[in-house]
Amino acid sequence: MSPSTPSPRPHTRSHAPLFAALGDETRLSLLANLNNGRQRSITDLAHNSPLTRQAITKHLRVLERARIVRCTRSGRERLYELDPLPVQSLKNYLDALSNQWDAALSRLRTFVESSPD
Amino acid sequence: MESDRAENVIAKSIELNAPVSRVWQALTEHRQFGEWFHVNLEGPFQPGQPTRGRITHPGYEHLKWEVTVQKLEPEHTFSFTWHPFAIDPAVDYSHETPTLVEFNLTPTPTGTLLRVTESGFDNIPAARRSEAFLKNSGGWAAQIHNIEAYVAEHP
Repeated sequence: MSPSTPSPRPHTRSHAPLFAALGDETRLSLLANLNNGRQRSITDLAHNSPLTRQAITKHLRVLERARIVRCTRSGRERLYELDPLPVQSLKNYLDALSNQWDAALSRLRTFVESSPD
Repeated sequence: MESDRAENVIAKSIELNAPVSRVWQALTEHRQFGEWFHVNLEGPFQPGQPTRGRITHPGYEHLKWEVTVQKLEPEHTFSFTWHPFAIDPAVDYSHETPTLVEFNLTPTPTGTLLRVTESGFDNIPAARRSEAFLKNSGGWAAQIHNIEAYVAEHP
């Protein structure tokens, strides 16, 4: 996300920023490391990672802005943890779209199987 | 009806008891499309061109509908980009990432096999997905699965 991206409107529950935040291989790999429910520091996440601390910090900020991760302070350290709710809401959104397709295709079936042309 | 949602794609397939020519017409003749899709379209589908209309589904009539046709390969492939289905009448879905919807038709002994896919929710061109990444982490569809499992274990 660039600095010129407008802040999300409070009354549009758009999923686009969420999809955008998740649409990056590096961020998905960070999320995989946050998936066990533990809080992790940047040092922790940088351990055994090819990424620099700066890169990790940058990607965590994107995830934080999309509210996929939460950050808390412990002394001088920032600790990150996953918030599962936004991703759950994405899943609900895709499930709802999937149901819409089922309904539309059922109507198509009725339409093509009952009328000759 | 078969469903699949792996790799950030909604995929459906349905066997229709009607010939390919009939299904093609129902998909691509804009008035017929509007009848089963519940949308009132202003004009025909043409490659590269937008087609606009109003949703006629009860409760959603205030919403505009617009697609841009990509492929129109007779009796084979029809595709368009759009903003996905409005699933909540209170939400303006024009902020959603445009996705690609593709209909594919194949003749069968009893009629037509219709496949529908909707892809591009994360706006990543397929070319940018490295195979290694897909093998290792399975993309965000797998992440959703992991997170669900996590939530189930940590209520």
